[in-house]
Amino acid sequence: MSSEARHIKLPITADAIAQLRAGDSLRLSGAIYTARDAAHQRLISALGAGQQLPIDLDGSVIYYCGPTPAPPERVIGAAGPTTSSRMDTFAPRLYAAGVQATIGKGQRALQVRQACRNYGCLYLLATGGAGALLSSFITQAEVVAYADLGPEAIRKLTVAEFPVLVGYDAHGGSIFPGDEDLD
Amino acid sequence: MREIQSSQITKVVAELCQRANYELPEDVVEALRRSRQAATSQVARTVLDQLLENARLARDGRIPYCQDTGLAVVFVELGQDVHLVGGDIYAAVDAGVRQGYKEGYLRPSVVGNPLDRASNTGDNTPAIVHLCIVPGEEIKLHLAAKGGGSENMSALWMLTPADGAEGIVETIAGRIQEAGGKPCPPLILGVGIGGNFEKAALLAKEALLWPLGQPNDDQQLAELEQRIIAAVNATGVGPMGLGGGETALAVHLLSHPCHLASLPVALNVQCHAARHQSVTI
Repeated sequence: MSSEARHIKLPITADAIAQLRAGDSLRLSGAIYTARDAAHQRLISALGAGQQLPIDLDGSVIYYCGPTPAPPERVIGAAGPTTSSRMDTFAPRLYAAGVQATIGKGQRALQVRQACRNYGCLYLLATGGAGALLSSFITQAEVVAYADLGPEAIRKLTVAEFPVLVGYDAHGGSIFPGDEDLD
Repeated sequence: MREIQSSQITKVVAELCQRANYELPEDVVEALRRSRQAATSQVARTVLDQLLENARLARDGRIPYCQDTGLAVVFVELGQDVHLVGGDIYAAVDAGVRQGYKEGYLRPSVVGNPLDRASNTGDNTPAIVHLCIVPGEEIKLHLAAKGGGSENMSALWMLTPADGAEGIVETIAGRIQEAGGKPCPPLILGVGIGGNFEKAALLAKEALLWPLGQPNDDQQLAELEQRIIAAVNATGVGPMGLGGGETALAVHLLSHPCHLASLPVALNVQCHAARHQSVTI
């Protein structure tokens, strides 16, 4: 594991993903989409019904985040991650549909780590509760879908040097102590 | 008899909501600093450095420490000799939450119907209010902005008398191990033992508001607090479940008489964003 952060320009390439290992420190720059429980329900429902999705999932990064409202002089309020495991039932389907990385906090079900390996994807960790700090790396934010969900709407964020750790890599590896190797 | 206007309650609750969300209490910051000094891995040190920086940014910038600005849990100690005028006390508290969350750019995080996730009430009401009557002419309000992630890892068990202290320690440590990084360690644990099903849970929530790290006045209970924190830290879960540091900053335990056939044990988990403030009118 390297302790030096790697700077990643989004969208991240398959080659770049293949080089990363659980525990690597990254700084992301580019566009990411926020989505959590309610938005996932709608996305999965639309995928299942063969409907047009409100965002292009291919090559995207999904950040499990419901920010606080932006005060007048800021682009976004506090914006740390929510607990990823609540979206575990949805993640493999979205990885299969082209999502390259999800960002959240905490361990996830085995099926998610397996999906990262099977689809060549990543699960990244942002520090839980560091809402003010993480918002300082967000330069633009706009609601792009499901505005009626308020904080749970899908927002497109532009991030600059957003700090994350690789939680699950594309080779079955995990940052969490005690996680056994996948067979 | 002292007359107090309900509008006073609304005003102070609105202030408490904002103060709680921007200013992490000094004793929590201090505990995070100590935890940072004792951390044994690079990743744990980095996480704790981020949390300390986050506390500074939130306080200086008047933006929320965490984006989950919580459900408002309000403990009200209403003096017996207070005559409250101008409206219902619960409505007054809700009006304060509504105002505080709007003016403070805090997040509305309450759904009206637990079965309909698109039913956000839009204003973070209703608050959850625990009211008791005390002697005197004052009103003391203690507000906790309680986030969902840590609350979701809380639990209650109806242990048996034979399970005893040993059972309590093992059950709590097992729960924290299972929760891993999800509740955002490092944690503060509120434990209620005895009472009954609902009393134990309320005690556990009250225990979270105890001065950080102050032991229970009772020697036996203080020892049990120590055994619990030792067992929890021995799990190795660590900051964000990544190991290399303390899993819990403190354990506070409150006890109450209970039925001779029961040993109710409630665990209310609090993350490092232990946001609470109080005021006396």
